[in-house]
Amino acid sequence: MKVGLFIPCYIDQFYPQVGIATLSLLEKLGCEVVYPQGQTCCGQPMANSGFEHLTGGCNELFVKNFADFDYIVSPSGSCTLHIKDHLHVHDKEDAATHIRQHIYELSEFLTDVLQVKHLSARFPYKVGIHQSCHGQRGLHLSQMTELVAAPYSKPQQLLQMVEGLELIELSRKDECCGFGGTFCVFEEAVSVKMGKDRVADHEKHGAEYITGNDVSCLMHLEGILKRQQSKVKVLHIAEILNAAF
Amino acid sequence: MEPTTAHKEHAELADVFNKDEARVDWHDETLWWVRQKRDKMAWSLPEWEDLRETASRIKFNVLGNLHDYLLEFERNAQLNGATVHWAADAKEHNEIVLKLLKEQGVQRMVKSKSMLTEECHLNPFLAEHGIEVIDTDLGERIVQLAKEPPSHIVLPCIHKKKEEIGDLFHIHLGTPAGNADPKFLTAAARLHLRKEFIQSRVAITGVNFAVAETGEMVVCTNEGNADMGAHLADVHIACMGIEKIIPQRRHLGVFLRLLARSATGQPITTYSSHFRKPGAGRQLHIVLVDNGRSRQLGREEFRNSLKCIRCGACMNTCPVYRRSGGHSYHNAVAGPIGAILAPNLDMKENADLPFASTLCGSCSNVCPVKINIHEQLYKWRQVIVQEGYAKTSKKASMQMMNMVLTRPAVFKTAGGVGRWVMRHFPGVVNNGMNPWYKQREMPEAPKESFADWYKKNKQ
Repeated sequence: MKVGLFIPCYIDQFYPQVGIATLSLLEKLGCEVVYPQGQTCCGQPMANSGFEHLTGGCNELFVKNFADFDYIVSPSGSCTLHIKDHLHVHDKEDAATHIRQHIYELSEFLTDVLQVKHLSARFPYKVGIHQSCHGQRGLHLSQMTELVAAPYSKPQQLLQMVEGLELIELSRKDECCGFGGTFCVFEEAVSVKMGKDRVADHEKHGAEYITGNDVSCLMHLEGILKRQQSKVKVLHIAEILNAAF
Repeated sequence: MEPTTAHKEHAELADVFNKDEARVDWHDETLWWVRQKRDKMAWSLPEWEDLRETASRIKFNVLGNLHDYLLEFERNAQLNGATVHWAADAKEHNEIVLKLLKEQGVQRMVKSKSMLTEECHLNPFLAEHGIEVIDTDLGERIVQLAKEPPSHIVLPCIHKKKEEIGDLFHIHLGTPAGNADPKFLTAAARLHLRKEFIQSRVAITGVNFAVAETGEMVVCTNEGNADMGAHLADVHIACMGIEKIIPQRRHLGVFLRLLARSATGQPITTYSSHFRKPGAGRQLHIVLVDNGRSRQLGREEFRNSLKCIRCGACMNTCPVYRRSGGHSYHNAVAGPIGAILAPNLDMKENADLPFASTLCGSCSNVCPVKINIHEQLYKWRQVIVQEGYAKTSKKASMQMMNMVLTRPAVFKTAGGVGRWVMRHFPGVVNNGMNPWYKQREMPEAPKESFADWYKKNKQ
C-alpha cells in the first residue's frame, strides 16, 4: 500500500512535529509512505474567501503530486474535506476523482482503512478532544450533537487505545472554536470570543491537553492559551497516538 | 472604487457587541439553552430525522410546483370568501396594505408577528402615512417601544435583559421604576395591549402555512395575539411570502411537529390557529408577496433557502450569531438563514453576511427542512466575489496568496524568510497591525519546515 503524505502548508511551516509524528505513526503501522516535495496548499483559504476561481493552480499542483498513490493521508480534516469536495482539474479529471475518493484524514485512515485495534502509545494525562467542524460534520469523523443519531467518534476510539490517557467530558461537545480560516482575522472579535469559550470549557473540566484533528483550530486555541498564560497545552492527535512518554 | 454600504459591516458591529463580554456570555448562554431545549425535544421523537427528510421533500415539491399551488390556493381562498392580493415586491405589498387601511379609515391598528412585514418595512411606511401599527407579540412590542428592529425571528427581544424591559415599560406604559419582575411586566403589557385589541378595527397577521387544497392559513403563536387581533377586528389582513404554501392540510402533521420543537423546544405552539373564512359581515384579505422570492427560485444553488419555515433553530445553534447578536446582521432576518436570504434582496448591502460564518455546518444539521445553509454560504461567497463586491485589499491578498501557493519554490523561500523574520524580528508580526496578535500569540516559527526535515532525514 503506497501512501502519499499530504502535509498542509501551515503544518509544514509552523508545526513540522505534527508531520513527523504522522509519518512515524503511519510507518510504525506498516505503511509505505512518501512525502512528495513541492506540495503547498489545498487552496481552501482562497476558496472559502470566495476566490475558488483562483484555485486552479493549487488543484493542478495537487493532482501532479498525488495522482500516483493508493491513498493520500493528511493530518487535517479541513484540508482533506476541501480536496474531497472541490478538487477538479479540467484535463485530469480521472486523476482528480481518484484523489477525491482516496484521500483520508489521518484518524479515519487508521480506523477505517488500517482498522487499527491497538496502539503502543502512552500518554498519562487528562485530554480534551476538540472536534473540528470540517472533520466532524464534513468527513463524519464523529457524530454531531445536532442529529438524532447514534453517537460514535473515530478520534476517541483511537485515543482510548493510548495507555494512561484520560478523556475529559465537555459541556459543549462540538461547538466551533472560531478559527474558520480567514474568519479568524476578518471577524477577529467573534473568532477570539469563540476560542476563549472553547478553552474555558476544556479548562473547567480539568484538561491538561487539548487535542484534535486540525492544527488550524489548535493553533488558534494555542494562541489564546498562551496569551492567557494557561498551563493547558495543545497537541495534534498524531503526536499523542505516536507518543511514548 | 470600494463598494460602500449604507450601514456598518457585520464584523464591525460584532466587534462593538463584544466590547461587553459579560453580555456576550449572557446572550450566548440564553440561546444555547434554547438549542438544548430543542435537542431534548428532537430526541423525544425517534422519527425526528425522518420528519426532517419528509418536510424537506414536501417543500421540494412545493418549490417545483409553486405556480400551480399558488393558483390552487388563490382559487380556494376566494371560494372561502377571502380577497387575494398579489404583490411583486415590498413596495406593492405596503401600498396594498395602506389602501386597505385607508378604505377602513383607520389610523391605528394591531399586528401580530410577521417577519414578512419586517422585511417589507411596513411599520415605518405606514407611519409616514400617519398610521400607527401596534405590534402585539410581546417581544415585538418591546423592541417597538425601544425603537429597534427584532434581533431574532422567533425571539425578537432576546437581546434585552429584563431590567431594560422594566425601564422601557416604566417610560412607555407607566409601570413603577425599577420593577423588572417578568410576571408583573407581562401583566402590564397584557392590559396595555388589550386596550389596543378592543379598539382596533383592522388586524394584520403573518402566516406560517397556507394550505393550497383548502385555501386556509395557519398562524402559530404562543400568546394568542394573532387570534385576539383577527377575531376582534372587522378586517383581517394576512401577509405572506409566496413560499409559505404547503399542498395539503395533512402536511401540517409534519410541519407543526417540527416548527415549535425546532424553534423553542416546545412540542407545539400554544395556538396553531386555522383561518379559513371571514366571519359574517367581515373581510379577510390575503396578500401574497414575491419580493425577490421568484428570483431566488431561479437561482438553482440557492433555491432551497425558500424551504425555510422561520423556526430560528439555525440562529440558536450558530456560535457566531450567539456571540454577535441579531442586529449585527443589519437585515430583518439575521443569523445563518438571513445570511443566505439577504444577498438575494440586495447583494451589495449584504455582501458581508455570507462571510460572517466559520462554515461549521451546525445550522444545516439543526434545520428542520434540511436547508444546506453552510454550503449556500460558501456559494454566496463565490457569487459575491464574481459580481465584484470583494474589497480591493482582499482581492490583492488573495492574488498574492495564489501566486505563492502555486509556485513551490516561492512558497519554500517565502516560508523560510517569513519564519526567519518571525524568530529574529518578532515585532514585525507581533504588533497592532496584525489582527491575529491582538488577543492571540503567534505560533512559534521553527527553524526547519517539515519539507526541510524530510529532505534531511528521509531522502
